[in-house]
Amino acid sequence: MSNNISIRKAVKKYGENVVIPDLSVEIKEGEFFTLLGPSGCGKTTLLRMIAGFNSIEGGDFYFGDKRINDLDPSKRNIGMVFQNYAIFPHYTVRKNVEFGLKNKKFPKEKIKEQSEKFMKLMQIDQYADRMPERLSGGQQQRVALARALCIEPDVLLMDEPLSNLDAKLRVEMRTVIKNIQHNVGITTVYVTHDQEEAMAVSDRIAVMNAGVIQQIGTPKAIYQRPANLFVSTFIGRSNILNGTLQVENGKTFIVTKSGYRAEIKGVREEHRKNQNVVLSIRPEEFLLDRDATQGIEAVVDDCVFLGLNTHYFVHLTSGEEVEIIQESSIDSIIEPGSKIMLTLNTEKVNVFTEDGSENILTGVHNDRPED
Amino acid sequence: MVKKRFDGWFIVSIVMLLLFIAVLIYPMFGIIKQSVIMPDGSFSWSQFQKFFGQSYYSKTIVNSFKITFFVTFMTLLIGIPFAYFYAFYRLKGAKILFVISILCCMSAPFLGAYSWVMLLGRAGVITKFFKSAFGIRLPSIYGFGGIALSQTLKFFPLVFIYMNGAFKSIDNTLMEASSNMGCVGVKRLFNIVLNLTMPTILAASLMVFMQAFADFGTPTVLGEGFKTFPVLLYNEYLGENGSDYNFAAALAVIAVIVTAVIFFLQKWATSRFKFSINALHPVEKKPAKGFGGFLMHLYCYLLCAIAFLPQIYIIYLSFRKCRGAVFSPGFSLGNYQQAIKKKLWMASKNTVVMGVLALLIIIVIAVILAYLVVRRSSALNHTLDTISMLPYIMPGAVIGIALLIAYGAKPFALTGTMTIMIMSFAIRRMPYTIRSATATLMQIPISIEEAAVSLGASKLKTFTKITVPMMSNGIISGAILSWVAIVTELSSSVILYSNKTATLTMQAYIYIGRGEYGTAAAFAAILTVITAISLFLYMAISKSEDDIQL
Repeated sequence: MSNNISIRKAVKKYGENVVIPDLSVEIKEGEFFTLLGPSGCGKTTLLRMIAGFNSIEGGDFYFGDKRINDLDPSKRNIGMVFQNYAIFPHYTVRKNVEFGLKNKKFPKEKIKEQSEKFMKLMQIDQYADRMPERLSGGQQQRVALARALCIEPDVLLMDEPLSNLDAKLRVEMRTVIKNIQHNVGITTVYVTHDQEEAMAVSDRIAVMNAGVIQQIGTPKAIYQRPANLFVSTFIGRSNILNGTLQVENGKTFIVTKSGYRAEIKGVREEHRKNQNVVLSIRPEEFLLDRDATQGIEAVVDDCVFLGLNTHYFVHLTSGEEVEIIQESSIDSIIEPGSKIMLTLNTEKVNVFTEDGSENILTGVHNDRPED
Repeated sequence: MVKKRFDGWFIVSIVMLLLFIAVLIYPMFGIIKQSVIMPDGSFSWSQFQKFFGQSYYSKTIVNSFKITFFVTFMTLLIGIPFAYFYAFYRLKGAKILFVISILCCMSAPFLGAYSWVMLLGRAGVITKFFKSAFGIRLPSIYGFGGIALSQTLKFFPLVFIYMNGAFKSIDNTLMEASSNMGCVGVKRLFNIVLNLTMPTILAASLMVFMQAFADFGTPTVLGEGFKTFPVLLYNEYLGENGSDYNFAAALAVIAVIVTAVIFFLQKWATSRFKFSINALHPVEKKPAKGFGGFLMHLYCYLLCAIAFLPQIYIIYLSFRKCRGAVFSPGFSLGNYQQAIKKKLWMASKNTVVMGVLALLIIIVIAVILAYLVVRRSSALNHTLDTISMLPYIMPGAVIGIALLIAYGAKPFALTGTMTIMIMSFAIRRMPYTIRSATATLMQIPISIEEAAVSLGASKLKTFTKITVPMMSNGIISGAILSWVAIVTELSSSVILYSNKTATLTMQAYIYIGRGEYGTAAAFAAILTVITAISLFLYMAISKSEDDIQL
């Protein structure tokens, strides 16, 4: 029932305006695949091209071996879940779930059996004969999922399905979605702009910007070794510092503007030369030591206590401002105005070429098909 | 949705275009042609010169403007406070006030006028009462004053309905912010509340203006020497002094130009208030207490009582003994027996048959057009939308004349048939239903239709099983209002009716004209009851308490 999806050299234009210039991606069978990016990056556009609600101006879309470019949306055998649920308000929950089965001409007994099964699975069987307006947002989204899944689609498409829910329900529903996808084993394409949500549910994530896929990889891979500066700043928080790379006796060092120098391992062979670089340091990758004499000198401007962690906003002698996260300790918080010394966890820091287009370290995984 | 193919909907657009050309553009063209092409085939502006050159004629348009502007102003003056009290204060029996005002504005205008004659005319009960009790001679009900009174009391509920909707959409935080900055009471009413609702005030003004300007019944009953434009138009077309079709056509052209100018002026004025308000926290109604509260109740109830008086009185009259134009003491069902003899059953049947058929046509066209405009946006479909608004600026009499010119003669020869009556009903009411169907469809997110398609439903099935049922609430409530408007329609049917196609409204009008007031009262009472029942049905179906989509 499940299928892999391959998209080759897809192009989307609105009139003269090119939204997606040239996009290729391979989505594996049974995978939970997320399109993640800022609003307007083309992720929903791409999803709607797969669904058939947007025209395709170029390239090929395949479900397995079947080219679907010219297939009517109603014949693509997809399950779709919409941001606003799109529940038919004039049908009961049961009729909503059965709608697709009837269109697909399932036999009568099968319709009943299949709809019961999925309503049970989504825990909405007790509302089966209610009208949708008497359901909460979370329950409506469960109906939408049951309705999309029970037709045994080749692929499941979800367009920001959680963004209309409140924060608590959002966390609850994403677990529901992940579990159900795992149980059913259906190839799923999920669109969101919420990176935490993407990390929580996905097998792999494609980070998109301006209609171009920047990196495809597991949540761990894109967080720890982002392929470029955009990915590093979009996924999680990153402090960006300018610096230089220096090669001495076969060892590589990074030097910050304020003069701090540290050895860095794992620079790829072709990049081992003296050059300007951009350092991307996550707030938790700074090591803060009040008594140290070595390191980057900094002054605390502000601190925010958030329970588990304490965030410090500091400025360096070079004038650059950075954010630091430390696990809260039982003794007192460092007061604003204090001078501190920072060192780096060089194992985790990422180093990019001066223009930010490429991570120069080894260990970057990018499944983006080379074009 | 997928690719811009020439699918089935394109053919639907073309069919709609041909239909609109046939029933709107072609008749309109016919009127323009007849206004400048004389019977001998020569081109001439003489008809227009005749109108503007002779004050006997041109005076009517001055009269119409005078009365219409005055009535529009008066309806705002009394309607806005009424709506303000209703929307912001918890009035006792608010529901009753609402129902009464709806009943008032939905009745046929000339019935109110006729009832006022019975009350305030030369032999009216109130006139006689004042004369015998106080020796006071009340001013005449005929002429400007009478028309203004009758129309104002008939149309102020339109202002009320519009303004109540607007007041309810004012967010409470705006009111609080305003009082927080020291702007309260009357100052806040003028600076904030009325300014915020200015687009609605303008929309209500246009609605009243169009209806009052085109109203044929009231000035016919109450005008006497004070002749308005629609009355002149009717007299020139079917008058006792012989008819002048070319002149009538020229008058129709002038009428359309006037309403079109007003229409665009209003659009221009509205465009200067480009903001929309949408209340997340609607204003909570305050209790109307103390002396101020008493005055509010007094104002609202007195207004409704006066406006409703004619309808009550007409029902009362229908049970009075009557011979010709003279009512005598005592009650009987004689008027109803007379009415039965005067084709009551046939008129009822005509009303229902023609009303229902026209309604079905309107609904089908409105649903299709709304779908084309909202979901299949294209230059062609927007042209259709614009053309469909044409009847909005065509007074009823103009539609009647236009249809007769286009389809009265051979090869169609529809004069006096039910077909031409149904056509005119459908055309007159179409723009309103299209508006409400379009508004309803715009609120339905397209993803619901996409969900149906992704679940394997065909385009046709999605339209019939998902789109149309979801629109049905809006359509049904709109249809009931259209039904009421059709049932009480006079100004085009007075031109198009024949012996065989007279409706209840026509019968009532005819017998008022013949001076058989008892029989007329019986017809009018039946009509009032039908209107009331329809409106109660409307209120039962439309969910919201006091929103009404006109």
